[in-house]
Parts: sequence; C-alpha cells; structure tokens
Amino acid sequence: MADLVSHSDEVRVVSKRFGKGATNLDRYLELDGYKAVQKALGMQPDAIINEVKNSGLRGRGGAGFSTGMKWSFVPKPSAKPKYVLCNGDESEPGTCKDRLIFEHDPHAVIEGVVIAGLAVGSHTGYIYIRGEYRYLLEIMQKAIADAYAHGFLGKNIFGSGYDFDVYWHGGAGAYEVGEESALMESLEGKRGIPRIRPPFPAVVGLWGGPTVINNAETLASVPHIMLGGAEWFARLGPPKNGGTRLFCLSGNLERPGVYELPMGYNLKKMIYDVGGGIPHGRKLKAVVPGGSSTPVLTPDEIDVGMDFDSVAKTGSMLGSGGVVVLDDTTCMVKFALRTMKFYQHESCGWCIPCREGTDWLRKTLTRLHAGGGLKKDIDNMYYLSENMLGRTFCPLGDAAAMPTMAFIKKFRREFEDHLQGRPCPFEKAGAVEPVMA
Amino acid sequence: MKFSDQFESRFAEMVPHYPTRRSALVPTLLYAQDEVGFLSDEVIQELAGRLELTELEVRNVISYYSMLITKPRGKYNVQVCTNIACMLRGGEELLGHCEKKLGIGHKGTTPDGLFSLEEVECIGACSWAPAVQVNYDFHENLTAEKMDRVLEEYRRKT
Repeated sequence: MADLVSHSDEVRVVSKRFGKGATNLDRYLELDGYKAVQKALGMQPDAIINEVKNSGLRGRGGAGFSTGMKWSFVPKPSAKPKYVLCNGDESEPGTCKDRLIFEHDPHAVIEGVVIAGLAVGSHTGYIYIRGEYRYLLEIMQKAIADAYAHGFLGKNIFGSGYDFDVYWHGGAGAYEVGEESALMESLEGKRGIPRIRPPFPAVVGLWGGPTVINNAETLASVPHIMLGGAEWFARLGPPKNGGTRLFCLSGNLERPGVYELPMGYNLKKMIYDVGGGIPHGRKLKAVVPGGSSTPVLTPDEIDVGMDFDSVAKTGSMLGSGGVVVLDDTTCMVKFALRTMKFYQHESCGWCIPCREGTDWLRKTLTRLHAGGGLKKDIDNMYYLSENMLGRTFCPLGDAAAMPTMAFIKKFRREFEDHLQGRPCPFEKAGAVEPVMA
Repeated sequence: MKFSDQFESRFAEMVPHYPTRRSALVPTLLYAQDEVGFLSDEVIQELAGRLELTELEVRNVISYYSMLITKPRGKYNVQVCTNIACMLRGGEELLGHCEKKLGIGHKGTTPDGLFSLEEVECIGACSWAPAVQVNYDFHENLTAEKMDRVLEEYRRKT
C-alpha cells in the first residue's frame, strides 16, 4: 500500500476519496458515490458528450486528446457491439497515479466506465489492470462484484431499463500494452502488437466493434464532471485544460509523492514548494516532466504551467503526469542509457525502426557511457532518433526517440565529456560498465 | 491436470465475459502460473485445449509477456526496479546489495529454491522509490537495511 501525501495547494477532485475507505461500497455511497451515473441515466447521450467536451477534460494517459471528442467519434448505429475499455496498464516510467485510484477509489473508475458507455451507447465495459498490480485487480474484482450485488451493474441498472456489464481483466507484464491498439490485442488474448490506424478504435476496436479507450484517471474524472458540472471542472485549469491532475513527483526530491494539483500549476513551484526541493543541498539539473518518453527540461525551462498546451510550447509534453527530478550528481548519459534500456526491452519488435533503433541507441549509449564512444556517435544517435520519429506503427518508437534527441541537444557537453576513453565523470571508481566489443 | 477450486471458479467466471474464448488467455496464464510456479508443458497443453488454441499459439503469447515464465524459479521472486525514478534513489545499489546478499544475479535462483532475483522495469512505485516487488507484494522507500529485513521476513515465512 502506497503512502499518501498532502500539500495545501492541492485541489482534491479525483483524489477526494483517497484514504476514506471508499473501496467499501456503502462508504462510497456516503461520499456521493453512484450519483453521477444516476444523473447520466437521465440525460441524452449527446448531452453527456457535450458536458464532457465542455469540461475541457483531456486524456490523462499522456496524449491529452479531448475525451468528449473521442467519445463523439463512435458511430451511433453499429452492427457490432460497442465497448468501453479502461486502460489501467499504467507502466510509463515515472507514473504511479492510477495505482492510487484503483487502491482508494475503484468505484469511481467503474462509474466512469458506465457513464462513457451511456454516452456512446455501449453495454459492455472492460477494466484492464497491469499484471504487476495484483492487489489492485483484487480490489477491483470485489468492487465490481459489490456493484453487481447492488444492481448498479448488470441488467436494468438502477431500474433504468439500461443494461451494462463491467468486467475486469489482468495483464502479464508489458509496457507496450498501454498503447491503445496493443491493449485491445492483449485483451483479445494475443501478443500486444499494435494495429495500424486507420481504422481507429472508435470505429473498429475490440473484436471489430467500436471501442472507446480511456485512461483510468480520465474515467475517474468523469463522475466529478457529471456532478460538479462542466463549467466548474473547466475553470479548475487554464482554457482548454480542464480539471486537475495527479502529478507523480519522483526522483531527487525532499518530499516525493502523488499530489493532485490544478492543471497549469507552475512546475518550478511544484518542485521547490510541493516537492520540497532538492535534498542534500544539491542543485537541480533537469526535469522529465511527464514520464520517461517526454523530452527533458533544463532548470531555465521550468517556469512553466503544467498543462498540455504550455508544456508543448517548451517542446516537451505534459504526458502521463510523472515528474522525475534529477539533481546535479546525475550523469545524463547514464540517465539516457537507462531510459533507452527500457525502451529497447519493451519494444515489441513488430516494426523495424523501433526494434532496430532502440537496440542501436542502447548499444551506442552503453559504449559511450563506458568511455568507448566515438565523436560521430553523438550525431549518429541524433540522426537515428530523428529517423525513428513518426515512422513506427505506434508511439513507442517516438517515445524512445524524443527524449534521446532532447538529452543530446540539451546536454551535448556531457556526452562529449565521455569521449576518448574518459571515465564517466559522475561514476564512482570501479563502477564503470565494460566497453562494448 | 488439476488446478485449485479457486482457479476453476475464476476460469469459469472469466470465459463468458468475452465474445471469444481466447480472450481469457493472458489472465488465465498468470493465474495458472501462480499455482504451478511456471507454465509447464502440461499447463500449456491444458490451457490450449480449454481455450481452443494450438499449443504454439499459447507459447507465442507467453513469450511476449515479461511476467510469464516457462521454467521454474524460486518461491519468492525478488524484483528490483532500476528504472529512472528508482535509479535516482539507489535502485541499482539495491540490486547490487540483493545480488551480494542472495549470491545470485539477474534471473538467478538460490540453491535452496527459496529466492529468485530479477531486475525489472518500472513497477509503478516511482514516488516511493526505490521499490521492490516480492511476488506481488510491494516494498517501498527501501534501504539496504530495510531490504535485509524484507528478505529475512520471507525466509522466516517458510
């Protein structure tokens, strides 16, 4: 069970019920539980979609696409059944927020799935939880069973005449499956290999039926929008970036933790005030603002509002909310290498630019970090990354290329410092990795 | 091939959730592995039959997922995260400590079959780094001393 933290600047919406025993259905009902879905049952599907559109809610998985817009892409008449799929395969390094939602407020996710279903005219939802989160899958299994026992799920929910089923599903270890088309493949019992788009999941998704796929935090936000209203939610953040966000502060910080802050909250304040600053009297060196795939920011770039549009202006991305803070004892080459080791390990191997690209980047970074790098390696890595961008089936290739390019561009000096057989300036003696053959 | 009643009831519950039988495959494999310890030829054959797949199709899926294994390992699988957030807070040193303490490396198993060690990718404990998962249990904000206590607890459990 993960520890909870708090800060006076927090605005608790999604985390409102954290630590309040809301996994218990009776307790959840006391805390306004299942009121939103009952409200939604009295609304026209288009009205639900408009409410979510107007709230400015954007995908919390990382892409930041308008949730209401996504729902509106689902065709109304459909020969095949429509589905709602909750993406709880949280595995972007630096991200640990969905874990808290499942642990403390599983019914909010269920409610979000049902409301999404009502909006698009679906009768079946799946909640996919990564395999490592076994205790959360168990919490969700119980929550679903309790909801069925109360008549909140199944036939004729809340006596409305509308049928809606929600099922749990567990993964078995794969970052790639967090990508929406790979997620569907995995749910269908296959290797998590991405599908080519178009057609998009909203038109051809699970078992060929139109499918809405949303991140767990996105879906957990929906009931609050239904109850508080689109206008209230939109006003919590800057224009077009409605609501709050669970920011996962990690790395070299005095007080790491998951904090719910309004969209657009200043990153510098987040690091120094909320996170308590850098410990041991060290200095800030860099920040990964939204999970390992987002380009790194330097200390002079952190005076920025943490919303999708403001962070995009810095050339990075708000991503999944994983804010990883690096102090001045961190070797950027090593950090880049560890990042690439991850992407190389997680690349599914389906398409060549990603499979080969991540492998070569990892090999080159390993050699460079060990002191065996050649001057041309630095430009070669940049060129290789540039050529992976946009040339892969799914965004994993981009996720590996984007941060690499930023590391090289912003910390080139440090890469050069590793050349000509020099030992890593940050490494303790004797800890240098062997030079690649 | 006999599984526990719990496995059987879960399997019976799961299959009708999907329009195709094979959709239950991934979670079923993991539940089977939890009971048997690994996905043996016998388990693969059994599940392939139940889900109307060929053994090859099942193996094809197994090889994709990092948690699924086809060879036995220790009773307690110590999974040390060394990904970025954990690395910044001593994840690699923690892995080194476990290697020394258990006398095994990545994917190794102690001679008594009690522990296995694995260096894993992000387990979603970034804000509580460095973190380790032993089987499914999370252990967070670790130090070498805390890690020793964790290992000792598991040793005592047997």
